[in-house]
Amino acid sequence: MAEAMGFFTDTTICIGCKACEVACKNWNQLPAQNGGVKQLSGDSYDNTGRLDGINWRHVRFIEQFEGPYQGRWLMMSDVCKHCVRAGCLEVCPTGAIIRTEYDTVVIQSDVCNGCRACIAACPFGVIDLNPVSGTAQKCTLCYDRLQVGLEPACSKACPTDSIQFGPVSELRQRAQKRVEQLKAQGVNAYLYGDDPNGPLGGLNAFYLLVDEPEVYGLPRNPQLPSRNLAKSSAWTAASAAVLGLLAVVGLRKNRMDQKAGAN
Amino acid sequence: MSDTFFTAAPDWTWFIVPYFFVGGIAGGAYFLAALLDWFGGAEDRSVVRTGYYVAAIGGLVSGALLTLDLGRPERFWHMLFQSNNLPGLSLKTWSPISFGSWILLLFSLFAILSALGARAEEGKSLSLRALHGTGLAKFVALVGGLLGLGFGGYTGVLLAVTNRPIWADSPWLGALFLASGVSTGAATLVLLGLRRGAAQRSLQWLSAVDNRALLVELVILALFLASLGQVFRVWLSGWGVVLLVGVVGAGILLPLGLHLRPGSFGRLAAQPMVNAARLVLVGGFLLRFVTLLASEGIEHHRVATGVLP
Repeated sequence: MAEAMGFFTDTTICIGCKACEVACKNWNQLPAQNGGVKQLSGDSYDNTGRLDGINWRHVRFIEQFEGPYQGRWLMMSDVCKHCVRAGCLEVCPTGAIIRTEYDTVVIQSDVCNGCRACIAACPFGVIDLNPVSGTAQKCTLCYDRLQVGLEPACSKACPTDSIQFGPVSELRQRAQKRVEQLKAQGVNAYLYGDDPNGPLGGLNAFYLLVDEPEVYGLPRNPQLPSRNLAKSSAWTAASAAVLGLLAVVGLRKNRMDQKAGAN
Repeated sequence: MSDTFFTAAPDWTWFIVPYFFVGGIAGGAYFLAALLDWFGGAEDRSVVRTGYYVAAIGGLVSGALLTLDLGRPERFWHMLFQSNNLPGLSLKTWSPISFGSWILLLFSLFAILSALGARAEEGKSLSLRALHGTGLAKFVALVGGLLGLGFGGYTGVLLAVTNRPIWADSPWLGALFLASGVSTGAATLVLLGLRRGAAQRSLQWLSAVDNRALLVELVILALFLASLGQVFRVWLSGWGVVLLVGVVGAGILLPLGLHLRPGSFGRLAAQPMVNAARLVLVGGFLLRFVTLLASEGIEHHRVATGVLP
């Protein structure tokens, strides 16, 4: 396997230009939202709303304003995290979701049948159906570009290098230096998803954040869906045993009543 | 705040609610029919045959509903076989949607075999004599009965093995759906058994099974709600009213009351067994409806319930 590749997104230098969203849509030929008719959210500069089957990049705008002159913008270009232990890949019944030689997670559109198990399994709400193909879709980390030695369209287009692409091990070192730099400036920065011993074995697309994960719409402790399998199956089996026992006891009582009636 | 609130809804709605409902009935009906096939008497045969027919039709309807719900229905077989590596099987024992597809397929197969045996018993055409009154028939009933339990319960396990609010916040949904499947299966057999001339003693046993399954369901429902922790607040909404009034009140307590003290329920007491069975079916449907849609619609009402700012 080639070296694990990924994204490091430094949210402190994102300017919300959405070049990444445009580059992603352009390269991957994703259909326009709302049939191309302009639709504004009305309460935010964020008109994309969320990641889904036709938006594989989403610049999240977090508008923290308490008054007209006090507050701040937080901006984060969100994307599939390409989890080292991926919930979507775990549950996919068709084998459409694969791990590539770059340690990224890709959905094969010609295999997916649109059962949507991966949508419910993703702890980040990244995946959705593409209404045109009828299949689940998400960021491929530009698998086709990687195969010919190009970097993904979004990081290529990012004017501030908020999105950085490269080998994950290098990105982690670079990210750690940036955190130290920001901390020296008094900024409460930290990395989300960089720890290979952390949740999901680490995220190959990880972030530098300056507020709580929930503020950015990220779960504090993302988990695999299979965490519930053993316990849920065990209680189901136990209830099956109880129900079977109750039915058989009832049947026996029925027979005994019948015999008593006959006598 | 539960981490499950940061996920996206899969939009399992209008085909999946009836799929879970019909699947529960089919699994429960086969399980009860198989029990009577093994341990029942000659007077129970009518219910046994009815149970196998319900299971066979339910299995086929379930397969159709599940296929129609897919984004690409023509690729339904990708659930079972590796589309780019035939004839390799697609089976993940750790993914309920994967092993559940196999349970559905095998259950339907066994249910159809048993139904063909039941047709032979009735002397009808399109039947299999080898599956009537033979050791093979008993074996098919045994395996099919176990598959019926698996079919009735796996749907709840499937929901638990996600990252969605409510579903993944409790390990009890599989047990809850199974108990509901047995009770709705018994209710269906009571209603059809009355039309098909089932023996009174068989119907009484079905009613007794229904009572016990309802009690088990009530206990599991309480455990399910208690296990949700802070996510319980989701039920402080219209969905909670449906759960309390429709599922608990109309679908569990009222049928139990009709079974135990029919005289206290006015007009409903005229046909307590029939009315109780009808109410159980309504409650079983509402249980799936409210469990699926309360989670699916979480984005719309999470602000209203105060779970998210």
